Amino acid sequence: MEGDIGLWGVPLAILGGAIRVSTPFIFVSLGETITERSGRINLGLEGTLVFGAMAAYAIAVETGSPWIGVLAAMVAGAGFGLLHGWICSFPKVNDIAVGIALMLFGMGLAFFFGKPYIQPSAPNLPAIPLGDWSSLPQVRAALNVNVLFLVGAALALALWWAFKNTKIGLIVRVVGDSADAARAMGLSPNTVRLFATAAGGALAAIGGAYLSLYYPGSWNERLSSGQGLMAVALVIFARWNPLGCFAAALLFGGAGALGPALQSVGVTQGYYLFYAAPYVLTLIVMIAASSPGRALAGAPGELSITR
Amino acid sequence: MNAQTVPAVGVEAIGMTMRFGGFTALDDVTVKVPAGSFHALLGENGAGKSTLVKCMMGFYTPTSGDMVVNGREAVIASPKDAGALGLGMVYQHFTLVPSLTGEENLVISRENAPAVIDWGKERRDLKSFMERMPFKIPLEQPVSALAAGEKQKLEIVKQLYLGRRFLVLDEPTSVLTPGEAEEMLGLVRGMTRRGELTVLMISHKFHEVTAFADDVSVLRKGKLTGRGRVANLDRRKMAAMMIGDQAIAALDQRAPTPADAVSVLEVNAVKAKDRSGLKSIEIDGLKVKAGEIVGVAGVSGNGQKEFLEVLAGQRAREAGEIRVKNASYEATREQSRKLNVRFIPEEPLRNACAPKMTVAENIAFRTFDLDKDGKPASWISARAIRDYATSLIAQFKVKTASLSSPIQSLSGGNVQRAVLARELSGAVDLLIVSNPCFGLDFAAVAEIRARIMKARNGGAAVLLMSEDLDELLELSDRILVMSDGQLVYETPIAQADLHVIGEHMAGKH
Repeated sequence: MEGDIGLWGVPLAILGGAIRVSTPFIFVSLGETITERSGRINLGLEGTLVFGAMAAYAIAVETGSPWIGVLAAMVAGAGFGLLHGWICSFPKVNDIAVGIALMLFGMGLAFFFGKPYIQPSAPNLPAIPLGDWSSLPQVRAALNVNVLFLVGAALALALWWAFKNTKIGLIVRVVGDSADAARAMGLSPNTVRLFATAAGGALAAIGGAYLSLYYPGSWNERLSSGQGLMAVALVIFARWNPLGCFAAALLFGGAGALGPALQSVGVTQGYYLFYAAPYVLTLIVMIAASSPGRALAGAPGELSITR
Repeated sequence: MNAQTVPAVGVEAIGMTMRFGGFTALDDVTVKVPAGSFHALLGENGAGKSTLVKCMMGFYTPTSGDMVVNGREAVIASPKDAGALGLGMVYQHFTLVPSLTGEENLVISRENAPAVIDWGKERRDLKSFMERMPFKIPLEQPVSALAAGEKQKLEIVKQLYLGRRFLVLDEPTSVLTPGEAEEMLGLVRGMTRRGELTVLMISHKFHEVTAFADDVSVLRKGKLTGRGRVANLDRRKMAAMMIGDQAIAALDQRAPTPADAVSVLEVNAVKAKDRSGLKSIEIDGLKVKAGEIVGVAGVSGNGQKEFLEVLAGQRAREAGEIRVKNASYEATREQSRKLNVRFIPEEPLRNACAPKMTVAENIAFRTFDLDKDGKPASWISARAIRDYATSLIAQFKVKTASLSSPIQSLSGGNVQRAVLARELSGAVDLLIVSNPCFGLDFAAVAEIRARIMKARNGGAAVLLMSEDLDELLELSDRILVMSDGQLVYETPIAQADLHVIGEHMAGKH
């Protein structure tokens, strides 16, 4: 049979899957990196992601343009971020508890507003066929790269640069590492964190938009499989470094593609176990990164999990 | 931003009064600091020193009082206004951002930092700026990698970089070794002599004031109780202005340690990870005999805290053995009770108390579950706890509104007295103490030191860890120096030399 490449299909499918599956991870983890670098944790990004997916899908259906859908998701995500940041600016409020509440709130709201959009189909986000040079359909499928993946890669690079070379980047790091120092400089930690959380929410919502508008490419209530939560673990794994987030997202994406890849080459037994790979990886990452005796290297000093 | 062209700024605070509700923290205080002078502000904790400088720097709006900067009346409503007039403050705790490099810290602290930072240009500017500074600091490293002395210098450099020419230094040497402190203050002194800088230094160390300051103002209970040229005052006069006529507990004569005294505490080849988990502390061959005080000196962060935690059973040790009275010691409640081991950790409210529980309950922590015969009791008697606490409160002069006040409502000195009452009652064979007098006033310090000496003379073995070298020199029979997680130097008190100890603290050997 032409195009039958046997077991080579597995690594190829994992590569393609890594690119496809990793995109939401990239956006959520970059968003969470901005938020955490400012000294707050937003665990509500799972809810933001689901709501972003719904908002993007609904607006794309209504307007016929997937890009307006993405924009709408960003606005909604920023709104969730602002809400989180605003609640956390009150004294003695725990950012993790607020995050969990907002996660459930975002998902509930998305299911409520999303009911009428389960049936209609929305226009998809465009992909760039980078694999056209090959005659193998597997290669072409694997290298059919969505625009948002490339945007995510560029964003990771831009953030990495910005944390070192821009005033805003340094201010976010100052606030995240020492609120006292920030106050002594006349900065308001709460304001900086408010905007950092809003930016994080907007990026996470793009991740959601990708889910509903490209892969898997439809809106339903089981769309997310915990990407928003796993991204938090991923940020720790990446040591709050945007480039590390990109690499870690690819790794998680690849792990997520393991199950489908095995299935596609005809493994019929036990591939469900491999569907659990990303979750097992999350656990392993958390265990490897934890230690009873020392603080995490590279962690922002103001983060509630490291204090 | 040129150190040679921008002259020092002279500042006067006139008739400063600050009331918080019915409490007068500052009462009509006038302090004049002419340009290019080095002025010291002396006073005990709570005397109003911090309130005064906060009013001057615009953190507080004083109830009444005026500021004069360079001979002109000035309105300082916020720290920003103070900065614009060239007034800056170096805090007791560092305000540098630990994970940022020195360069990043300096550039981002600038009001007009560019949106996109051109590091090539900034590095050139910083280099030429640093060439005019007497301080040499590696700017390309993260601040967390700098030594305490370097951080303190960087704090000062930051203020100068921002164009400030009147600096308030709030107890600038509290975390430095004597050598670092002298060097830093000497360099600052040089800048004031050259007319590049004016300094107002908050301090409670007389030797620093006498060595470096031109003038001194002394506060007590919010009032100015004395001022003058340092050259015309001696230590005794300054102390009298600071503490007034309160009685100060006298230290007992040091009884000679019996020649046949047995060693009570032995630490053999103990290894443990430090706070960061990256380095370890290794203590070997430490012995403390009955009837002696062994002092452990060191700059904070060199493993003393971790060592104390190991002794207290709060930190797991990886190897080695701790023996108390020749029995292996694992720091269980049972063992510490049987072997009479007592602890006075630093920051007692946080480390030795349950802040929201009452004074009486806190005092009874060691004994509440025992009956009159020292056997485990099945019923806890509230009356016994109260009676026990009543007698100890009287004996140790703990000032508290009532037995059932939460212990966190007490002043620092009284919390420490309550902890001492608990730890020093009954038989004490081994006493482990860490920074017992940190942040306390004169009377409390003298009394606590007297109690520790009394315990020693009563035959207890005392291990005293302190960052205050004067305290160690006053109390210890032997002094050890801890640096980088190890005991690196030992000297009997008779041969102790402050500078040799300081050099070992700085890890120069």
